[in-house]
Amino acid sequence: MPTPTPEEVKGLVASGGATLASRIRDSDIYLSFRASPLTMLAAAIVVIMVAGALLAAWIAPTNPFDPATVFLADASIPPRWQQGGDPRFVIGTDDQGRDLYSAILYGLRVSLLVGGMGVLLAAVIGITLGLVAGYFGGRVDAIIMRIADVQLTFPAILIALLIDGVVQALMKGVPREQSAIPVLVISIGLSFWVQYARTIRGSTMVEKNKDYVAAARLVGLPAPVIMLRHVLPNVIGPVLVILTINLGLAIITEATLSFLGVGLPPTQPSLGTLIAIGNKYLFSGDWWIVTFPGLTLAILVLAVNLLGDWLRDALNPKLR
Amino acid sequence: MSIRKLCLATVAALALASVSANAVTLRYANQGDLKSLDPYTLNETTANAHLGHVYEGLTKRDRELKIIPGLAERWEVMDGAKKWRFYLRKGVKFQNGEDFTADDVIFSADRVRAQGSNFQTRVPKGAKFSKIDDHTVEVELESPNPIMNAQWDTWYIMSKKWAEANNTAAPTPASATSPSHASLNANGTGPFRIESHQPGVKTVFKPHAGWWGKKEHNLDEIVFTPISNDATRVAALLSGEVDVIEPVPIQDIPRVNSSDKARVLAGPESRTIFLGFDQIRDELLESNVKGKNPFKDVRVRQAFNMAIDKETIKTRVMRGLSTPSPLMIAPELVPWPKDFQNPKFDPDAAKKLLEEAGYPNGFEVGMDCPNDRYVNDGPICQAVVGMLARIGVKVNLNAQPKAQYFAKILKPGGYKTSFYLLGWTPGTFDSHNVLYDIHGCRAEGSPRGESNVGGYCNKTVDELADKVLVESDTAKRNALIKEAFQITTKEFAYVPLHQQALAWGVAKNVELSQRPDNSVLLYWATKK
Amino acid sequence: MLAFILRRIAQSLLVMVTVALIAFVMFRFVGDPVNQMVGVDTPQAEVARLRESLGLNDSTIVQFGRFLWNALHFEFGTSYQFRLPVTQLLGERAPATLELALVASLFALIVGVVMGVYCALRPNGILARLFQAISLVGVSLPTFLIGILLIYVFAVTLGWLPSNGRGQVVKLGRWWTTGFFTASGLRALILPAITLGLFQMTLIMRLVRAEMMEVMRTDYVKFARARGIRTRSIHFRHALKNTLIPVITIAGLQLGSIIAFAIITETVFNWPGMGLLFLKAVQNVDIPIMAAYLMLIGLLFVTINLIVDLAYGLVDPRLRVAMRS
Repeated sequence: MPTPTPEEVKGLVASGGATLASRIRDSDIYLSFRASPLTMLAAAIVVIMVAGALLAAWIAPTNPFDPATVFLADASIPPRWQQGGDPRFVIGTDDQGRDLYSAILYGLRVSLLVGGMGVLLAAVIGITLGLVAGYFGGRVDAIIMRIADVQLTFPAILIALLIDGVVQALMKGVPREQSAIPVLVISIGLSFWVQYARTIRGSTMVEKNKDYVAAARLVGLPAPVIMLRHVLPNVIGPVLVILTINLGLAIITEATLSFLGVGLPPTQPSLGTLIAIGNKYLFSGDWWIVTFPGLTLAILVLAVNLLGDWLRDALNPKLR
Repeated sequence: MSIRKLCLATVAALALASVSANAVTLRYANQGDLKSLDPYTLNETTANAHLGHVYEGLTKRDRELKIIPGLAERWEVMDGAKKWRFYLRKGVKFQNGEDFTADDVIFSADRVRAQGSNFQTRVPKGAKFSKIDDHTVEVELESPNPIMNAQWDTWYIMSKKWAEANNTAAPTPASATSPSHASLNANGTGPFRIESHQPGVKTVFKPHAGWWGKKEHNLDEIVFTPISNDATRVAALLSGEVDVIEPVPIQDIPRVNSSDKARVLAGPESRTIFLGFDQIRDELLESNVKGKNPFKDVRVRQAFNMAIDKETIKTRVMRGLSTPSPLMIAPELVPWPKDFQNPKFDPDAAKKLLEEAGYPNGFEVGMDCPNDRYVNDGPICQAVVGMLARIGVKVNLNAQPKAQYFAKILKPGGYKTSFYLLGWTPGTFDSHNVLYDIHGCRAEGSPRGESNVGGYCNKTVDELADKVLVESDTAKRNALIKEAFQITTKEFAYVPLHQQALAWGVAKNVELSQRPDNSVLLYWATKK
Repeated sequence: MLAFILRRIAQSLLVMVTVALIAFVMFRFVGDPVNQMVGVDTPQAEVARLRESLGLNDSTIVQFGRFLWNALHFEFGTSYQFRLPVTQLLGERAPATLELALVASLFALIVGVVMGVYCALRPNGILARLFQAISLVGVSLPTFLIGILLIYVFAVTLGWLPSNGRGQVVKLGRWWTTGFFTASGLRALILPAITLGLFQMTLIMRLVRAEMMEVMRTDYVKFARARGIRTRSIHFRHALKNTLIPVITIAGLQLGSIIAFAIITETVFNWPGMGLLFLKAVQNVDIPIMAAYLMLIGLLFVTINLIVDLAYGLVDPRLRVAMRS
């Protein structure tokens, strides 16, 4: 095989890039995206927030999770523009002297991390069970789907609370700082898997009767390989929509659990914990401690939900 | 229920509601629940104060905490404080109408010392109670004890007949699996009786018509509700839904004072908040230091003492409402508080001490902390975590509700902690209690050092404590106490933080007295 | 038909047994009841006696059977926190939660229907857009944030309404306490009921709007209009009536989740109901309360679902046909 010249490579890349770019530009999804300014705004907000969370370690003025850098003497300072404000703290400090702006960035990171991981875990559980149920059918299917039915009768937040309580009891003795994130991820993962399982099961049942699956079976491929390599790529589409829609719910769940005092501890606050801390000072005039994390959470969830709604509509041919 | 019955019930309920609206009702909300009505279940200030409306001891304490006669009119101390004789008040009736006699005292003395009582130390172990006549009781002690009755204001006398008739002669332990009659019902001699009791929801007190004492309140009813959430408790006071709250979160004091409905009664509390170390185990339960216990090294304890900035905790966390203290007892309770100084706040020197002790990079340790027991306990611990981080000690904070916290760190939980925050009010308002209970060497089968969670131990301190107990000359006694505290301070047995301020929110039309032990006693309350 | 009913009941029972199994596993294995009851100084013999007396030495199946039997008698053991029978604790707090849930549901239903009808009739009005925006906020914002916001505005800033508790309650009969007959009780209900009902309200509003718009497009409405029947009469006698059946069904189905979501509202407003009790139980790892609450909520959901299913089966002719075949 002759090595292509640099020019040829450049040409290839350029044409490939152009095709990709134009393909995106002409796609329905992109068009519907451009047609909705609200969606674009929501996307921009989500991108900014995710970037802020990812880059928290670099853009935040302080590290609120490192107690050695937090000075109690700075506690409860109002935002910069208010009387008593301090130029170091744009939107003030919390009751421990943490820079609220940094705390929100880090809190955002925790909230997105827990929400994202929780939703992913839910997807993994749901997809696996859905594939298994759909592919094998019969008794396996019946058992998995009955469990799903039972779970669906309860609101996710209640299940998350229960699982949190149980896992906490099992992890007794492990400090909250270490156990909180895994416990929350498990709680969210186990509360949100049903929707994935049902969707995947439905499409798997359709796919498994198609020729390519029969062929793969004839060749003698083992069931897990067929499920993962052949069926999964064909049924994964709707999962993306559920992921986005569930992300908003998962973030709310995390925030709620932390607010209720069974989530992240005050030493490693998520947005929900910050709101819980601020709630204590609602009556004493330190309005900023609850307001800014609250606003951040509200805007984040709204933006994620708007994106989810748009994605559902864009990918759902019935509505188009 | 038929419609007719429902209507009748409604009318009756409305009638009741309007009746109670005319009567003087004082509504009181506290942070904590009143879980058991059995006066021997839990030795805790709040519970003792609640039950002090219903039950009474042989002695009482007045508004200044001075011991005054209670169910005993007077008493004699004989035989070098080895024998006490109590002359009981005559004509006292329990709320169920029975007469109060010497039998009840002897019964209560047995019950309070029985297995399951949380008040066993109220009455010395070998004390023999004997009935001279129906209204005279003699107590014989194995060793002299001139302050035997110092905590008897919260050793409440129960009725023998009532307890036996209701199969509740044994105390209800805090770990009881089912409620006893005494934990849901009360029959005392006090100024109020329990009208109804819903644990965790509401308790209603009504005046006891046959009370022997002089009434100092004008109430027809006290309604107690626990409101654990700080903000909602304050809001309830400001909106006039409740008349008295305890505590007012310190950050809300200005707001309460600026309202036209209520005010804050604040003052120093006789409770000392301190940090303790596990210095008894050979290896800490929760630490990355293996094979040895860093807290056995006095230099480490000293470093912790120097690394914690009590002044900033006062100004920022406590909003000025605490008294930083070098002592493990409230300064008002000793004559020479000025002779003790807070160790200098000096993180650099602290770091050097850690280096000398062999921890140049610090170490990691778990910390237990309640988050609903003391004033801003959670934030204090968080602040301590930050301050210790600056000398290289990484603290893994485990802030938890008090029920879990106490179950873990106290004796029933096996003292399972490495580093903790605790508060202590000597029930006797005397140094001996502090030296004995939280500095005394722990030993199997002895109540000494029962609340000495970290297991600090110095035999000399124990000897001094024993001498303090029997010494009746005040000057000599004070000198002994001072000597003991000098030793414990020099050895940095603890990190005393501060006396917390007590802050009650009181409606403007209510008058009441505040005692520095933080007992909310509404039998001194009047409402306009 | 009978077969359908029996099958649904059997399924419901199966669900309840599953829920009971989960509750039993939690109760028996997560928090060892004996460890919670005894102290370190309890002698070993006493621990063994306690194990025996609680029947913890029997086989797991027998224990589960006993758990089920006790559950049928509303017997869930003793709370680790309060040392009181769990049934009694839940019973004392049930009226608070049920009253709150009732008021929240009514609020959601009435306001949701009114707003939904308005949005359907005047889809482009300013008010309709405002309602739509409110509904977006209602589904997006976490309940606790809405509660805090309401407290901040109406209790802290304006001082109009109480921010916590039930106000003064009156006893009805032996068990029931109610806040319906006192001014303070009614005032105390307002903010929590709005907080709790907001999510359902937006749900109902969206549903009513969608259904109503659909109905308005149907032939018989067009026909009625052609016949010259007054607009008002068309809207309310014909369109709304047809809209309400699914709406009431949904509202009924949602009653269970209102009670479950009361956990959050009750915490924010310190409402002395079952939800607050449950949350405290989670915080304090009080397994008997958690297990009992799970069973109770399970029973509630299963019952509601069963009733709705059966009602549908009786009402919907298509389903009836499906059942016969």
